[in-house]
Amino acid sequence: MSLDLHAVAPPDHGPERGARPAHRRPTSLTRLDLKYSPYLYVLPFFVIFAVFSAYPIAYTVWIALTDRSPLNATISFVGLDNFVELITDDPQFWNAVVNTFGMFLLSTVPQLLLALVLANALNRKLRAQTFFRMAIAMPIITSTAVVALIFSMIYAKEFGLVNWVLDTVGLDPIDWRANRFASWFAISTMVDWRWVGYNALIYLAAMQSISKDMYEAASLDGASRRRQFWSITVPQLRPTIIFTLIISTIGGLQLFTEPLLFTSGSGGLSGGSEGQFQTITMYLLDVMNQRFRWGYAGAVALVLFLLIALMSTVNYLLARRISSDK
Amino acid sequence: MSVPIRRRRFAAIALASVAVLATATACGDDSSDSGSSSDGPVNLVVDVFGDQGFGYDDLYKQYEAEHPNVKITERGKGLGLGDYNTRLTQQITAGSGAGDVVALEEGTIVQFYAQADKFVNLADHGANDLKGNFLPWKWEQGSTPDGKVLGLGTDVGSMAVCYRSDLFKAAGLPTDREQVGALWPTWDQFIAAGQKFAAADKKHKFVDSATNFYNVVLMQTAGQGTGYTYYDKSNKLVIGENPDVQASYNLTAKMIAAGLSNNLQSFSNEWNAGFKNGTFATIACPAWMTGVIKGQAGDAAAGKWDIAKAPGNGGNWGGSFLAVPKSSKHAKEAAELVKFLTSSKGQTEAFKKLGNLPSSPQALADPAVVDATNDYFSKAPIGKIFGTGASELKPVYLGPKNNAVRTAVENSLRAVEQGKSAEEQWQAALKNGEAAGK
Repeated sequence: MSLDLHAVAPPDHGPERGARPAHRRPTSLTRLDLKYSPYLYVLPFFVIFAVFSAYPIAYTVWIALTDRSPLNATISFVGLDNFVELITDDPQFWNAVVNTFGMFLLSTVPQLLLALVLANALNRKLRAQTFFRMAIAMPIITSTAVVALIFSMIYAKEFGLVNWVLDTVGLDPIDWRANRFASWFAISTMVDWRWVGYNALIYLAAMQSISKDMYEAASLDGASRRRQFWSITVPQLRPTIIFTLIISTIGGLQLFTEPLLFTSGSGGLSGGSEGQFQTITMYLLDVMNQRFRWGYAGAVALVLFLLIALMSTVNYLLARRISSDK
Repeated sequence: MSVPIRRRRFAAIALASVAVLATATACGDDSSDSGSSSDGPVNLVVDVFGDQGFGYDDLYKQYEAEHPNVKITERGKGLGLGDYNTRLTQQITAGSGAGDVVALEEGTIVQFYAQADKFVNLADHGANDLKGNFLPWKWEQGSTPDGKVLGLGTDVGSMAVCYRSDLFKAAGLPTDREQVGALWPTWDQFIAAGQKFAAADKKHKFVDSATNFYNVVLMQTAGQGTGYTYYDKSNKLVIGENPDVQASYNLTAKMIAAGLSNNLQSFSNEWNAGFKNGTFATIACPAWMTGVIKGQAGDAAAGKWDIAKAPGNGGNWGGSFLAVPKSSKHAKEAAELVKFLTSSKGQTEAFKKLGNLPSSPQALADPAVVDATNDYFSKAPIGKIFGTGASELKPVYLGPKNNAVRTAVENSLRAVEQGKSAEEQWQAALKNGEAAGK
């Protein structure tokens, strides 16, 4: 009987239960759709971000805490040993930090000033305006490697153009790779040749959005061109200047191709016979690919990341003062 | 049926995102050819390095003709050893991307001993039967300490000095290769000859670079001395303790102090230009260097170069091995190709092509090698010059981070060339060498 009851019971409730899903499923699905499908739309970005950014970053953090190396059969966890060694007992790393900051300052300061001046000049009415605007942006389409190779020849010790010029005016030739400051200067010129035009173009675009009224009012008040530049153009460009500063900081602290290719032949990662122009990224690769200390290289990468974050903050704070003082 | 439309859309979105996920993950999947059935066509990729490659082109053609199902592709000609080795290390560690056959250089094969499990043990493919085909020390270098056959030898470097006989003549030095060899029984006498040359010829330098000189001297000194360089045979870093390293460094510093070095960074543009413009008179010359000289100096210098015996007592610098990574889908076929390329016949062919000295005693005894002369080097009997002594050499053990430590010492020597104090730079070499080998 109980079996019978069971057999009968479902038909009793059956229609009701069966009807509910038939009416409700669409609504709940719609709700699901509304609620969750937007996540699906943005999923591709997050998947790619996870695979190509989040995972490598997390893995770098993990590997920096180990002694991973292709030469070791096992990986052991070493805690913060890599960081301690890096900070307290690695003169080569600090040498690379000094080089990187030295070249960063030596290249970025003139680069941004020059870009500002160039942009200001191009912002006036000129003949063949478009031609000049295009021309200053040309270097950016040249491959960095090509720039570095050609400049390396220009600065070659034996048959280089610069030494030839120095020779013709009666000066002693310079061994550009042997002297620390000379090598910094040579590398900075490569960086600047390539990036001045790019920054000038960004400044130019920003300048064109500054209202003409301000300049008119200023000239009615008798402000000189120079005064207008410093009192109107530069303050109005503040957000743009911050942007270029941060971009230059990131690029400058990751300086790699130019100093690497400045040495032709073997031993390029050493950055000169005494590491005169070895940057942090070169040192990172040196540690990873020559010394096979992958864990240690991970620590170098993270410290580089912190340095960039720190410098960007400093730059931001400095740049914020540009106009707020005035 | 208004519902299913929504559902269908939902399904479509779900499907699309799954597809995105699938393609994203598919990147890691190595979609390679045809599978490993031995009947189907087999594509074998051979990875080599160096400006001239390994001189295997004709051998590939011959092998393909004998094995119609095999196609061979070579990669890496023109790639420097440093870049090649970096890439190979990553590919081996990652377990994908490397060729079916890869070349391992003498200085780097030691580094792969630790990863021997990522390579096919060639003993499983009958390599042990071929032991007699290789010089004993070459065979030993190609095997791991626990007896796995990691790679089969291709060439050995051996040692000689290549010199410009026209510059020697102008400087009043003998030009005949026997007399030139007699000029420098020892390296000190080599430096003395250089000073004589420098006194007579102010325009040219005697030696191309300090680092090439140093590497040759070190390999020779270590071969007759301790048998190892920066690492002892238990892989302990002994750069400061090994007398052979310091002796070689001091000799090189003496050579630099005598003003004999052209200060050219080896394998740089300036070094290459130095060959073309003929700015130096001698260069330390393992057998493979003859190919480099011919390639760089070009036809204009044909007949100006000659080869003489090196100071001291023989030695070896460089030479390579062929190995098969486990990642190869055609390990069997690849191992067969390795055996073919490293056979005495294969080595003889490569010798004829590029002058790479065979590591097989049979090939070294082959009239094609023994009687070989090189027209470019004034018909020098290269087979005799390089072959003599190659079989009696003792192996020099190179540690796992040999290249990194060597670079540190080379950098110090370059700084000495740039005018720094040799004594201070020796201390720097010790410090940087320790750091590099850590």
